[in-house]
Amino acid sequence: MPEAFKPGCSRPQSGPVEEEKSEINMAGETSVKEGKKPMIKVGQKAPDFSAPAYCKGEFVEVKLSEYLGKWVVLCFYPGDFTFV
Amino acid sequence: MSVDSVFVHKMWNDHELSKMVDGGVPFPMLSDGGGKIGTMYGIYDGAGGVNTRGRFLIDPDGIIQGFEVLSPPVGRNVSESLRQIQAFQLVREKQGTEATPSGWKPGKKTLKPSPDLVGNVWKEWNTKMAFDD
Repeated sequence: MPEAFKPGCSRPQSGPVEEEKSEINMAGETSVKEGKKPMIKVGQKAPDFSAPAYCKGEFVEVKLSEYLGKWVVLCFYPGDFTFV
Repeated sequence: MSVDSVFVHKMWNDHELSKMVDGGVPFPMLSDGGGKIGTMYGIYDGAGGVNTRGRFLIDPDGIIQGFEVLSPPVGRNVSESLRQIQAFQLVREKQGTEATPSGWKPGKKTLKPSPDLVGNVWKEWNTKMAFDD
């Protein structure tokens, strides 16, 4: 489960956990990366990510895919010290 | 999850939230500096530099079953999120043999989709059932 980290000036960054993909495919064609942004749809896999977190007195690194097997409520809000 | 740092999360939890919830927030408060994850989920507001009120329900297979997005001034209904999870858990357990019509909550009637139900929903369900008692 979440791994603890020591807080400091440099700390884990939030961001996508990319699946392994090659820049060049078997046919020798160019990049699989296309400018298109993924659209979120129900029935589709939730994009994996990792992010630093504060949890019960500790700073930890959380990865969404560590929660496979459980129901997850992923809740975004504009800012701390506001309501949720 | 917000764009605030984990240090601000700690301050918010320790100085305010722990006064509302015994023992403080029991789940991880995630930091999304720069809104990279919010962008990935389509709810980051670049102009304001904040994540909007997006809420995603993700099942045990990692599949998104539902989401809701509100602009910042309006807060959410936690009971409704819990009701949706209970409904998704039920249909998952019943492997599609039962569905939860509008207004369903635990204890209320489910529907069993079949050719016989077509045109006969009115016998099983009425509009009053769409609302809380």
